[in-house]
Amino acid sequence: MISVLSELSYWQVTSIRVGAGLVAVLLVAGTLVYAHLFKMVSFMQSRLGPMEAGPYGSLQLLAEIGKFLQKEDIVPRRADRFVFKAAPFVVLTSTFLLLVVLPGGPDAWFISNDLGIYLAMAVSSVSVIGILMAGWGSASKYSLLGGLRATGQLIAYELPLLLAVVGVVIQAETMNLQEIVLAQANGEIFGWGAIGNPFIITQFAGFIIFMIAMQAELTQTPFDMPVAESELVTGYMTEYSGLRFLLFFIGEFATAGVFSAIAAVLFLGGWYVPGLDPADNLLNLLGPLVLFGKVVLLTFLVFWVRFTFPRFREDQLQRLAWKFLVPLALANIVVTGVLKVVV
Amino acid sequence: MSRLSSTDAVEAGAEAAEADAPAVDVEAEALLARLGDALGDDLVESHTDQGAVWVRVERDAWADLAGFLRDEEGFGFFNFLSAIDWMPSPFGRDMDSSVDNALDPPEPKEPDPTETGVAGGDTRFQLLARVNDVTSGRSIIAKADLPADDLRAPSWVEVYPGADWHEREAWEMFGIDFDGHPGLRHIYLPGEFEGHPLRKDYPLLARRVKPWPGLVDVELMPTTDDGGDATEGAEP
Amino acid sequence: MTVTERQQLSYIAAQAADARVNLEIETEGMTLNIGPQHPATHGTLRIVAKLDGEQVVAAEPVMGYMHRGYEKLAEVRTYPQVTTLINRIDWLGSFANEVPFILAAERLMEVEAPPRAQWIRTILFELSRIANITLFLGDMAVQVGAITPVFFAFRDREHVLNQIEAATGGRFHPNFDRIGGLKDDLPAGWIAETRQAMRKIRNFCDEIEELVEGNEIFQARTRGIGVIPPDVGLSYGLTGANIRASGVDWDVRRDSPCGLVHNQVDWKVWTHPDGDSFARFWVRMQETREATKIVDQLLDGIPSGPIMAKVPVIIKVPAGEAYVETENPLGVMGYYVVSKGDLFPFRVKIRSASFSNVSITPWLLRGVYVPDIITILGSLYFILGDIDR
Repeated sequence: MISVLSELSYWQVTSIRVGAGLVAVLLVAGTLVYAHLFKMVSFMQSRLGPMEAGPYGSLQLLAEIGKFLQKEDIVPRRADRFVFKAAPFVVLTSTFLLLVVLPGGPDAWFISNDLGIYLAMAVSSVSVIGILMAGWGSASKYSLLGGLRATGQLIAYELPLLLAVVGVVIQAETMNLQEIVLAQANGEIFGWGAIGNPFIITQFAGFIIFMIAMQAELTQTPFDMPVAESELVTGYMTEYSGLRFLLFFIGEFATAGVFSAIAAVLFLGGWYVPGLDPADNLLNLLGPLVLFGKVVLLTFLVFWVRFTFPRFREDQLQRLAWKFLVPLALANIVVTGVLKVVV
Repeated sequence: MSRLSSTDAVEAGAEAAEADAPAVDVEAEALLARLGDALGDDLVESHTDQGAVWVRVERDAWADLAGFLRDEEGFGFFNFLSAIDWMPSPFGRDMDSSVDNALDPPEPKEPDPTETGVAGGDTRFQLLARVNDVTSGRSIIAKADLPADDLRAPSWVEVYPGADWHEREAWEMFGIDFDGHPGLRHIYLPGEFEGHPLRKDYPLLARRVKPWPGLVDVELMPTTDDGGDATEGAEP
Repeated sequence: MTVTERQQLSYIAAQAADARVNLEIETEGMTLNIGPQHPATHGTLRIVAKLDGEQVVAAEPVMGYMHRGYEKLAEVRTYPQVTTLINRIDWLGSFANEVPFILAAERLMEVEAPPRAQWIRTILFELSRIANITLFLGDMAVQVGAITPVFFAFRDREHVLNQIEAATGGRFHPNFDRIGGLKDDLPAGWIAETRQAMRKIRNFCDEIEELVEGNEIFQARTRGIGVIPPDVGLSYGLTGANIRASGVDWDVRRDSPCGLVHNQVDWKVWTHPDGDSFARFWVRMQETREATKIVDQLLDGIPSGPIMAKVPVIIKVPAGEAYVETENPLGVMGYYVVSKGDLFPFRVKIRSASFSNVSITPWLLRGVYVPDIITILGSLYFILGDIDR
């Protein structure tokens, strides 16, 4: 593998990676907020969305960030100050850690870890701790209810999320995300290899389960009981203001982007472009863009669902996880495993 | 399930209504007769007008009346409960605007003697309630006199649970106690509020603070200090 | 429409099971203050809920944050001035508030509005119902978490508000009804535009039916939730769609019409046997459609003639008592007017629909989960001004 990065010194590589990480989180989050939250939803709801700041309101986001930065950072008097203040950073850390294992091209990766997807699933759970910290530390009943609901929900949906991935891992015979992409790029559909073998075809049930569980992990409608704005105000975020609220907000959208990226890698072939050699250096530039395109597509689904459906009640969404998604995911694993051995 | 009201039915209904004009009263009279049997002397007075029925009962029979109406007569729907203060307002129109008084100067006169309305009344405060029978479309308005020195009445909550809030409101606004009510607390006003606002001798503070502009709107515009343009147009 | 029994039973069974667990593990309760400033309360209703986990042990609504004392204020205003006040009772369907008061005054004065005024009154009455309930149809979806339908509701309500504004001059507070008739006649071209608006409202109903009513999650959230048996509902004084959703076939417009011409046209009173939140939503949806039909038919047959009866310039209402109630958007609204032959009413008792409708909540909210508080309150559909007056 010829790597342009191998000629640079360690600190240069590290700087590039940190920069890329920031870009990958902030740019993705910003794009998703603008394209989906501001514009797409507005069109769905027969309104225009922001139009004043910049062409078609494209600078609105900067205005929003400026607004949040100017606001006072209020900490409730009876809050647990340290826990309260640390919570948004814990949530955001989880998002950044998720990014680490994501490949963006043949050589454009942060770390190539053989436990890639396993690490991703593990660090995605860290956000639960942040949310619980926010819920408990706020000293507000709404926050507490929201935090507890979020914890119950996130734990319940970790399982189908993980089990949905197992099918892919069985098929790709690796947990390294880079190699999962390559497995799809080099795969063939009954001897026809023009588009590789994106696992969405063979693992369609897994893909559906993953997307549903992802929706729940992101606490987006219909699984937004933890932040249910019509009853819990905004759940665990109720007491936050200013920069810390912005961090939660970025975390929400960046996590949507990163989770979608993982889904794109697992099921849609990641950065691979059909027709190109998977080792082509061009893919180091093209790959991240391709991946980004797929992310936008998948997050479009996420937000489409979010702005269309009502929300489940807490017991109903638990029932969906344990009585429907988990058995389905297990069946998917069994079928995949049997076929893998037989075929 | 649902009845269609077509124009045919309406015409037929209209004819029937014309023919039945006395018949409705017959039904009302029958109801009053049954009430009279059930309550005896406690049914003080009654009145019917265009199908509406008023009854006035003794205070002690207030709860019995509700029980009888719901259990025996099928008046299952609780409409409202309130009270009337029949005392003429001691304030009269003394706080009306000078413009109105210039047009039609009030003559200083004695306050009207207390007059009570339909179905009569002997005391200043009178309870007022209405219940319906939704299946037959009948309704009845009940009244009961309350002596001014002992403003209490039996509660309807046992019979009609919906009376709960209405009785709290009557307690707050008129100071009427309801025996057997689970918790007479303030419903609209703050807990430390004193007085009973809907009593006629409770002054309307808004009028004391700022006189009523009256029939003609002569409120000064913010820009004019001493009238000027604003009052010019208001000259009669 | 019969699926609910099983769901209902399972929900009740689940609640009972929870209650048993709560008995076994004694947990400390928590008091949650929902409101007065809260996104779900349509204003300033406050609900003090005692919770055991997510389950409500007792809930007590606290109102009065918007009490304006209209009954007292009406005693010092002349009859025509009172309509300005009572416009603000149910501010989403303002015109409908004026009608029963004016009718009560007319009954005491023994005048009757000319037929044309009665028809236009009925049309505006139904338009205000549509304007009011349209918003409910969108808002109910917001209460269960879908935020898009309410934008459609605001969009399409605008068509109706435009028509009300074109006819009366006021979008929200028309103040248009007069003793003996109406303030003005209809503007030119109004009838055709109103027909168009009615078509748009019917499209809106279809849209909501697909987007909200047919949604499985919406049904799961509302079916079997907040079941009101008919006799309980009646004894609490529930009216309007709330009681018709419990299977009580009672509509004042049909059963005791006075002064409005609903009985001149062909329409249907919808009921639903279930009595749950979904049924209340469903009944209101059908009522909106029915109201557009009523308006369409009335537009066809507006009689010609004057719009004001002969009434003196300075209105003195003869002594007497009258109670008139009409089927307003939120339920039955009535005015008990006592007159002593003066310029002012001696006493006005305002029987507002929401006050009685909400009085059932302490009974209804016992044992439900926190999310269901919102669905139930949303489906009972109250306007704070209508509770507090």
